[in-house]
Formats: sequence, C-alpha cells, structure tokens
Amino acid sequence: MDYFDPHIHMVSRTTDDYATLARMGCVGMSEPAFWAGFDRGSAASFRDYFRQLTEFERSRAANYGIAHYTWLCINAKEAENVELSREVIAMIPEFLERPNVLGIGEIGLNKNTKNESIVFLEHLDVAAKYDELVLIHTPHLHDKYLGTRMILDMLVKDARLKPQRVLVDHVEEHTIGEVLDRGFWAGMTLYPVSKCTPARAADMVEQFGTERLCVNSAGDWGPSQPTAVPNFIFEMRRRGHSEATIRKIVYENPLTFFRQCRRFQFAPRL
Amino acid sequence: MSPPANSLPANSPLANSPLANSPLATVGSPMTAQQVLDREFLEVRARVLKIAATLDRIDRSAAPAADAGRMEQIRQGLQILLSDAPDRARQVQMLFSLPYRSDWPQQLGVPLENRG
Repeated sequence: MDYFDPHIHMVSRTTDDYATLARMGCVGMSEPAFWAGFDRGSAASFRDYFRQLTEFERSRAANYGIAHYTWLCINAKEAENVELSREVIAMIPEFLERPNVLGIGEIGLNKNTKNESIVFLEHLDVAAKYDELVLIHTPHLHDKYLGTRMILDMLVKDARLKPQRVLVDHVEEHTIGEVLDRGFWAGMTLYPVSKCTPARAADMVEQFGTERLCVNSAGDWGPSQPTAVPNFIFEMRRRGHSEATIRKIVYENPLTFFRQCRRFQFAPRL
Repeated sequence: MSPPANSLPANSPLANSPLANSPLATVGSPMTAQQVLDREFLEVRARVLKIAATLDRIDRSAAPAADAGRMEQIRQGLQILLSDAPDRARQVQMLFSLPYRSDWPQQLGVPLENRG
C-alpha cells in the first residue's frame, strides 16, 4: 500500500533506510526541524540545517521515488535560549518559499516552561503572518498532558490560526480526544520506548475514527523504527480493517492536510 | 459543538467515558472479544509476569528503599487495570501525568490576551 510518513527525521537515517521505505510503499514524507541531540551554538548552524532539509534530503529521497517535504523552526528543546531562538525565527521567512517547505514545525513544548511558551508563541506569529501550516510537538511522558493543554490554550486564543491548518503530533489516549474535538488534526507517533505502539494507535482509530488522524514513525536518531507506519498497516490488516480505512489514515489524510499548503505539489503513482 | 454523529447507546461500555459525546465517527473493532483475547493472551501473560518479577526484585533489593511516591503510582495503576472502566489506558495515562491548571499563563507570566 502506498503511504506517507508525515513525521520522520531522515537526516538521522541512512540512504539504505530510504531504499527500505520505498520498497515498503512510502511515496512521501515530511520532516520537521528537530533537535540534533545537542544544543546548537549559533543561528548559522540552523541555516545549514535548513539547507539540508530543503535541498539535500529532498534530492536524496527523490533518488528512491519518495517526495520529501519539510517544516522549519527551532525545536522546543533549544527554546530555553530565547535570544538564539529569535535569531532562528527571524531567518525562517527566507526559506519559506522553497518548494518542499510545508510550514512551521515541529514547534511546541518540552518541559512546559515560560521560555518555551514564549518561543512557541513567536513561531505562531510567523505562521500567522505568512499564512503557513503548523506542525506541533507535544511533550512526552508525565509532561504530555499538561503541555498539550497549554499548547491548546495558546492555539485557541489566537484567532488568526484555523484549527484545520494545525496538526498536533504525538497524541496518546489522554490527549487525542481534546485535540480532535477542538478541530485540530492529530498525529500518533509510533515509537518503541515512549509515545505509542502500532496496536495502541489502532485502538485509538477504533475509538476515535479516521477523520483528521495520521500516524507517523518519528524515525529519529534515538531508538525508533522508520518502518513503523508499515507496522501499523500490518496491525490494522491483522485486525480485519478494510484497505479503505487503512489507506485513509496513512495516505489520504496526510495528503488532505498537506494540500492546504499553497506550495504543495504531489503526483500520485499511476 | 454539533450533536454527536454517532452517539453511543446507553448500554455501551463507553457510554460514561469522554468518548460518549464525541462527534467523531468511530470505526470499532472488527474482532470479537474472544479473538482479541486469543491473540493477546500470551503477551498479556508475559507482561503481567514481568511486572510481578520486577516488584519481587524491588522487594528483595538492598536499601535504600524504592521511592514511595512512584511505588504508590504503580499500585494505583494496577488498581486501574483491575477495574471495569472502559477507558483504562486513558486513566493510566492520567495517573502518570502532571496536573493541568487553567491559570498557568498567570503563573508563568505568559500573556495570552490580545493575540490576533
């Protein structure tokens, strides 16, 4: 089955992973800007990173027939440094019109601090000013519920942002309902340690339906599986769900969300 | 919010859960309860055994004693599993979550008014 992985950090993956994903049916992916595993020291590092996301990864994916899209930001884990964050945020507009950029992301909270909140709000200002889609990172483990509620508060207080143009990622059983009920898109991140398993993601589909819901692998530099979306497809098939139900979540929903971006272009396989 | 597209019947096990008034169209499980149990039994057995062995290991380990707060959280989590609640996964998630307070913007000093 053709599928999209709407959240995967391919800068952390080998070219062999691109080949594997292509063989498993991946036809498109989107890569949010992320933490490198260490705090970067200057805005110049981010300029190089944004070039990697908008140039190199795009061509690396194309070699395997995969359409690569990306999101730009400074990640919440580096947002404690507000001065650096503001330098990076000021640089984002010069990259926004590159053809594979979908919007601002993955912005959000990590430890739910004041500085993270301020940097999150300033990212939202850029999204509103340039009419960009937004991809949101929610915290993990015991910080997730509080952080998700804080993020939703900040989103709904901003009349410039339309919920249907915002995807709130890493939802789990205690956060998915409120995200969907408020009209946002939701992403379930399949991860071997924290976040969600393919089976629990399938459980949430059974309980919450298929509207505005996506699954992704994260596929980053930590313990993660870039093939997690095919694992979810397999789990859904084993339970007896229809191909149409599965396809809506792993293919049609990401396309529907991405098509709201004025730059988005994608040619389905014939 | 618009009326639920698929209100759950009163006798549904989810009738008293937060899902009961959701406007979202649920998909439901194609498998019977027996099929789910047949498929998951060995894995659940293994996980219960892992928890039992871990608790035994904590008990027989040397001082200092395990953190009482986290041990109590584990006990409360096990109590949730023993209940008949229809949303045990959500309840366990909430047990291990920091609480939310609507006045967090004032507490942190983050102004949210007059945006947009």
